[in-house]
Amino acid sequence: MLDATLTETDAQASLRRSEADNPSSLVMRFGTDAPLTLDAGPAIAPWQIAYQTYGELNADRSNAILICHALTGDQHVASTNPVTGKPGWWTLMVGPGRPIDTDRFFVICSNVLGGCLGTTGPASTNPDTGQPYGLDLPVVTIADMVRAQAMLVTALGIDQLFAVVGGSMGGMQALQWAASYPERVFSAVAIATSYRHSSQNIAFHEVGRQAVMADPDWCGGRYLEAGRNPKKGLAVARMAAHITYMSDRSLHQKFGRNLQDREAVAFGFDADFQIESYLRHQGMSFVDRFDANSYLYVTRATDYFDLAADHGGVLANVFRGTKTRFCLLSFTSDWLYPTAESRAVVHALNAAGAPVSFVEIDSDRGHDSFLLDIPEQFRIVRGFLTGAARARGIAGPAEEDNR
Amino acid sequence: MTDLADLASDVRIDLRLIADLIAPGSRVLDVGCGDGALLELLERTRGVDARGIEISQEGVNAAVARGLSVIQGDADSDLVQYPDQSFDYVVLSHTIQATRNARRVLDEMLRIGRRVVVSLPNFGHLDVRFRLMFLGRMPVSKRLPYSWYDTPNIHFCTIRDFVELAREVGAHVEQAIVLDGAGKRLPFSLPWIVWNVLGAQAVFLLSRDGR
Repeated sequence: MLDATLTETDAQASLRRSEADNPSSLVMRFGTDAPLTLDAGPAIAPWQIAYQTYGELNADRSNAILICHALTGDQHVASTNPVTGKPGWWTLMVGPGRPIDTDRFFVICSNVLGGCLGTTGPASTNPDTGQPYGLDLPVVTIADMVRAQAMLVTALGIDQLFAVVGGSMGGMQALQWAASYPERVFSAVAIATSYRHSSQNIAFHEVGRQAVMADPDWCGGRYLEAGRNPKKGLAVARMAAHITYMSDRSLHQKFGRNLQDREAVAFGFDADFQIESYLRHQGMSFVDRFDANSYLYVTRATDYFDLAADHGGVLANVFRGTKTRFCLLSFTSDWLYPTAESRAVVHALNAAGAPVSFVEIDSDRGHDSFLLDIPEQFRIVRGFLTGAARARGIAGPAEEDNR
Repeated sequence: MTDLADLASDVRIDLRLIADLIAPGSRVLDVGCGDGALLELLERTRGVDARGIEISQEGVNAAVARGLSVIQGDADSDLVQYPDQSFDYVVLSHTIQATRNARRVLDEMLRIGRRVVVSLPNFGHLDVRFRLMFLGRMPVSKRLPYSWYDTPNIHFCTIRDFVELAREVGAHVEQAIVLDGAGKRLPFSLPWIVWNVLGAQAVFLLSRDGR
């Protein structure tokens, strides 16, 4: 059963708690003189944003690339995660000699607003109460996340980013950057993403949130003070979400109907099938590193995302007059954010006269393809950044190597 | 669509001819741009704002890897997305024969671009006529390397056919350049009927009448 293996050490729990307020990465703290205004209405202050940087900023501050992470990612794009001890989540894309070449570019990656690894989120201490925010934190949006990042970028002394790059929810942020701050984004790379959440996207997220809130250990969102953790609910939420990250074909190829450590089905509700065992593992390892309330906030932010809504429902109007160079990538087997969604953005960009590159990459590994070793993806991003760097008059990524 | 490697050296002439027709610094959309060879040539040598559409993933990958703004798309369905007169030139090089609705594609191009450049292989060429007449087979050559059953080229036409289509969609032929099988330019003075037999490929510069 799920709970039999849901044992979290006190050390892990306290580490996660301490990372929320005092991250082991860099952190920029904004006082009451620099409140962060939110779409929901109220502003928050003081607040903070945790980030990592890689590479060197050049003399005229023109080589900075902001990486935006996906739903449950973090700032450790190419450095070891302090909670899990695992390597960075996008080391295939970011690093020395990689397409986002840290020998050439100054790379910034920050934890999103509403996250749980050092940027203000529901697990952070509410300065008014001295207790974790819980659900007292206003609901945040993708635009809020981007506004927070923009304040960080400004604080780092950078006017214009050479590129904003992200996959999935990170791609939404890249598009939002281009929409909110067109003059501050020289180029934008949006991978496996959409310009708005579909009804189906919202539906899956709602299942996840309901699973969290149905767990008695959730305690109406005040589990941190109660010394509890809605692990079962969060694990189920992750299991459901994880299915959406993979394709039917990749699940079938990986697991088929294979049984887990047994010769025949056990006529019970234990994990007979490998896919069940795999999903349980995904759910369990997730709860060790992620805050349940944060999961509610970040899923809500993506549900509220609708880039065209603020522009009379016409996506092309979002990008009218933009000088940003765009690159969009989608994957054939991604049914979470299918190619048609990227194509709609591409059509809008064409209508707006914006320079745009777009490829649908052949991959049967579903939405998660953007995190996997798909060489075509890296070739295209490297080529796109090379062309953009030439146009910007800075050094592009190193020529492709076979590391 | 346009398989530049197979079409070898004479298409390089075709690309150079197209490049010569394009004013420096203009906005160009290449429909069926393949691996982006023409766009790169235009961007590097003529400083144009170059955009492309290509149907094959390999083609788009190669073009984007060159740093070009190219999207994966289909001439038959994706041209409608572009606003009227949003480009100075819209180029269709060795692609018209692979479109499903060539007339509509040409119409859309004339709507999007102030000028349209079309290059095409001439199905009325002597070599094609010879193969059909004496061998009784659909022509397969270096320039037309596909067998009839697996060719992407579904709408072949002759130079005269194309000139007729241009007239039907209300396009004015500003310039026409015809190359023989060796890639040599045929003299201007020759009548259409001779071009239609000796020309292996042709490049047209079109605009809408009255503009």
